[in-house]
Amino acid sequence: MEWYYLIAIVFISLALLLGFIRLIKGPTAADRVVALDTMSIIITAALALMALYFDRYIYVDVALIYGVLGFIGVIVVARYLERAL
Amino acid sequence: MMEYLKYIGQGLIVFGSLFLFLGALGIFRMPDFYNRLQAGTKASTLGAMSLILGVGFIQPEWMIKSLIIVVFIAVANPLSSHALGRSAYKNNLKPFMKKKMDAYEKVAEILPKEEDRL
Amino acid sequence: MSGKPSAISQWVYAFLLFFVVWYAFTTSLEWAELITGAIVAAILAFFTYKMSKGGMTIYSPLKLIYLVQYFFVFLFALIKANLDVAKRVISPSLPINPGIVEFKTQLTSEFAKMVLANSITLTPGTVTIDVIDDMFYVHWIDVETEDPEQAYMKVAEPFEKILLKIYG
Repeated sequence: MEWYYLIAIVFISLALLLGFIRLIKGPTAADRVVALDTMSIIITAALALMALYFDRYIYVDVALIYGVLGFIGVIVVARYLERAL
Repeated sequence: MMEYLKYIGQGLIVFGSLFLFLGALGIFRMPDFYNRLQAGTKASTLGAMSLILGVGFIQPEWMIKSLIIVVFIAVANPLSSHALGRSAYKNNLKPFMKKKMDAYEKVAEILPKEEDRL
Repeated sequence: MSGKPSAISQWVYAFLLFFVVWYAFTTSLEWAELITGAIVAAILAFFTYKMSKGGMTIYSPLKLIYLVQYFFVFLFALIKANLDVAKRVISPSLPINPGIVEFKTQLTSEFAKMVLANSITLTPGTVTIDVIDDMFYVHWIDVETEDPEQAYMKVAEPFEKILLKIYG
């Protein structure tokens, strides 16, 4: 494994861990959603990195679709919290 | 030439993952929802953009698709954080403030509630 | 914007938009794919061309130069914003002084307002909470001024002066 994968994986796992702690702790629903939003972006980036590591082009598409779905999910939850759904 | 692209890509990946981490640290440390939104949106946007661009630099054939993801993140991420911020305010989540400065308060009260508007 | 654009220019604009999206999702240069994309884009553009307000008028060369300038201003602000947030997050005492400020924009086009709101969200210390007509409500992590005029100068001015040139 090359050095930059190692650094990136360490940072990404720490980031996911911190996001997850906030997701569990977060005093209000909005806090949890913002943690989830950040985590979904981190996972999008991690999927792109995985595509590079395994050398599979199709994983980049997975990252794209994951990003789109995460965005839609956050918008839906935001509208729901606004009592508009 | 290819070698240099590779080095740029590696630099971008390390830089991006560092900012992803800083964004999550912001989410963890900040005192209230709105400040978490600030840290989370900005740092994770730049982090993800630079990491995915780095992937594109290392594998030049993937460049177009990674550029699409980058553009999508740059457009979608501020939108979702804006929607979250407004919904939290409408949901009576008051921002934490050291000194009271809230220009939105007076407007949020006279605005029609969403359920009336629909 | 100079008058109402012709139907042809609106159609071309919609067609190019759909075709670019098609190309972005397929990213292949095979003839079959390109022709299918062109046909689909042409049909979709026929149904939706009335929705594009500006038509091709936004593609004058001068405006493209401003778009490029906007891109660089935005990129610079984005990096500055991140270093700023990183500094605040790392420092043990959390130096923040948050608040919500308001200011008035001169932009009239809805799309330009959206671009401005997104840019504000991604630049140093500010998140747009709401846009009502021409008032922007912005959560600022370190409020320097409450006065709408000065807040406008600090938060929106560098972007808006370029957007005004593009969308008028």
